[in-house]
Amino acid sequence: MLSAENLKKAYGSLQAVDGVSFRVGPGQVFGLLGPNGAGKTTTIGMLAGLVAPDSGEVRIAGHYITGDTSPQKRRLGVVPQELALFDELSATANLSLFGALYGLSGAAATNEQARVLTLVGLADRAKDKVGTFSGGMKRRLNSAAALLHDPQVILLDEPTVGVDPQSRNAIFDNLETLKAAGKTLLYTTHYMEEAERLCDHIAIMDHGKIIATDTVAGLLRQAPVSSFVLIDLVANDFANLIEAAALPGVLSATLNGRQLRLGVQRMDDLPELLRWLLSHGGEFEHVQTERPTLETVFLHLTGRSLRDA
Amino acid sequence: MTAFLALVRKDLQIFFGDTRAVIMAFAAPILIGSFFGYVFGGTATRKDATRMEVLYVDQEHGPVAKQLLAALQRDANLQVNPSALEPAREAVRKGKAPVAVVIPAGFGDQAAQALFGSSPKPEITVLFDPSHQTEASMVRGILTGQVMQTVTKEAFSTNSTVVSSRERLKDSKMEPSRKAALTNLLDSVEKFGSTPGTGGSDGLTVPFSTKDEAITARSGVAYNSYAHSFGGMAIQFMLFMGIDVGIGLLLLRQRGLWRRFRAAPLSKTVLLGSRAASAMLVGMLILTVVFTFARFVFGVKIEGSLVGFIGVCGAFSLMTAAYGLLIAAIGKTPEAARGLATLATLLMVMMSGAWVPSFLFPSWMQGITKAVPARWAMDGLDAMTWRGLGIEEALLPIAVLLASAVVFGAIAVWRFRWEAD
Repeated sequence: MLSAENLKKAYGSLQAVDGVSFRVGPGQVFGLLGPNGAGKTTTIGMLAGLVAPDSGEVRIAGHYITGDTSPQKRRLGVVPQELALFDELSATANLSLFGALYGLSGAAATNEQARVLTLVGLADRAKDKVGTFSGGMKRRLNSAAALLHDPQVILLDEPTVGVDPQSRNAIFDNLETLKAAGKTLLYTTHYMEEAERLCDHIAIMDHGKIIATDTVAGLLRQAPVSSFVLIDLVANDFANLIEAAALPGVLSATLNGRQLRLGVQRMDDLPELLRWLLSHGGEFEHVQTERPTLETVFLHLTGRSLRDA
Repeated sequence: MTAFLALVRKDLQIFFGDTRAVIMAFAAPILIGSFFGYVFGGTATRKDATRMEVLYVDQEHGPVAKQLLAALQRDANLQVNPSALEPAREAVRKGKAPVAVVIPAGFGDQAAQALFGSSPKPEITVLFDPSHQTEASMVRGILTGQVMQTVTKEAFSTNSTVVSSRERLKDSKMEPSRKAALTNLLDSVEKFGSTPGTGGSDGLTVPFSTKDEAITARSGVAYNSYAHSFGGMAIQFMLFMGIDVGIGLLLLRQRGLWRRFRAAPLSKTVLLGSRAASAMLVGMLILTVVFTFARFVFGVKIEGSLVGFIGVCGAFSLMTAAYGLLIAAIGKTPEAARGLATLATLLMVMMSGAWVPSFLFPSWMQGITKAVPARWAMDGLDAMTWRGLGIEEALLPIAVLLASAVVFGAIAVWRFRWEAD
């Protein structure tokens, strides 16, 4: 349904997007995961016809977007990262305008407004000015505005930035509804938890390039460890960190205050590790395990944390 | 068309939903136009035209100075109040009075003698506020006429002046022929003063009087300065509205709305054209409201061609809309654009003659103002209102305004950043 081939875009000497390619089918959620400045928004801009690529091509259902008034644009719904709404107007007036941009008018427009407002849970605030909405409500309306013309492909650029957990869950529910309806969703985020929860397929971007792309499970398999063991020590004077890191089966060891964090290849080695610890001045009071995340994968691939990048 | 109309409707909803914007666009030109109209004369029939205050310092205390005071007090343009020297000097220094005249001791006798060239001229000191040079010149002119009349009246009415002048003439080293001629003149004056029925001479007066006629739309139609001031202020605040049009477009980009608009299957013509159309509608509405108010409150009429007036208003509204698009095209951010656009707009308004009539400008500046579109709007509105001219006089302003709109619009389309950030 949506395909990008070798998209490139430079701003002066900055190569914002450098050879990005992917394909997304109907009923799939494709995630572009990367830190701020990775090129996600520029990629969405090129997909939506907002930014002309220096090279490469975009197809929607096999068709190119040609020009400002290309009919292919009707297949697209774009949810901008910013709250692209008029605070001075009511929710209905906003939706009336954004529907009209796609030719919606009269009863059809009214019906679509009611449908999307119900979908995002704002039907009871339809007549209120957007300026009176909370941040989460604005986010939901921001998404609703892109759904009025019932697009087949929906491009969502960081749609949950700055929202409360309740609104975030509401947005996730909406997206899952759309996915179930067979819509093609492209979702950019720098929140790995969101990508893991929503996306069938993920491309990790950094410095304008896709550095890894796979399903969530496939990407997690690229993590260098199978699990992390978090051990809360009794004292904060543990002096054998280097020796711990050199133990068989241990791939990494870090000490943060009294918490020792060991990256291991196999959980079967855990009893032996704990015995070694007790015999080497590492008396502990609590142990827990943690599976690797996309953050771990990003750190492994780039040497940097997603949030710090 | 659905999108175009929806975009225009949105602009109008936002404009009329913003109380401050509406006040600035409608109430401000009415208020300031009323003020300027009043200050610059109001309607010509106004009875309370300001009389210029003049302080009169009498150091002579004689009949001539008293007659001169009475004569000046009768002048319709002056409000003459007696004063001592130091208070008068202080009042002028503090700006409380624009002009003071000081009549020196012995003025009456010396002036009469000087009239026949047999004595030095006495000096009347005129103290004036440097910021009121025009008023000082006006007082000098009135004073000259009144002094001439008062002094000659005194000289022709009494023999003492003739007698003393004759005494001085005897000792004079004047050429004999000229001395004889002056003696004959003094004899004639003495004879004129002693002739029965001429004792009440009014003295010498300026040998002409003036009849002032303001050339307005037609005979009998008084000049109404509100016509100019309302036109000027409407032009000013429409241009300010033009700034808001440009800033509004830049804000669309900043708020991400531009991405939403560009994602829709809309042409550039629809996106910019709708903005221009809404600005033009608001502009026409401002002119309509402002001139309707001026019509019913201050009696401002379209004395010339109504079609020409509508044409000038429409062309200027379009020019303003294009000016707004130009600001959006050239400005990088709303903040940066606002400062520069405000400066450019104020310069344009100033040079248009909206604040003060352009004929007061130096001649070199008057030439430059012809390159300012707002000047043509001002001239066009003046021509169609109080000057009462026909549509032919509106054609050139309309043409210049439309040409400016085309140039501004073309540059805007050329320079506009279409890509979303």
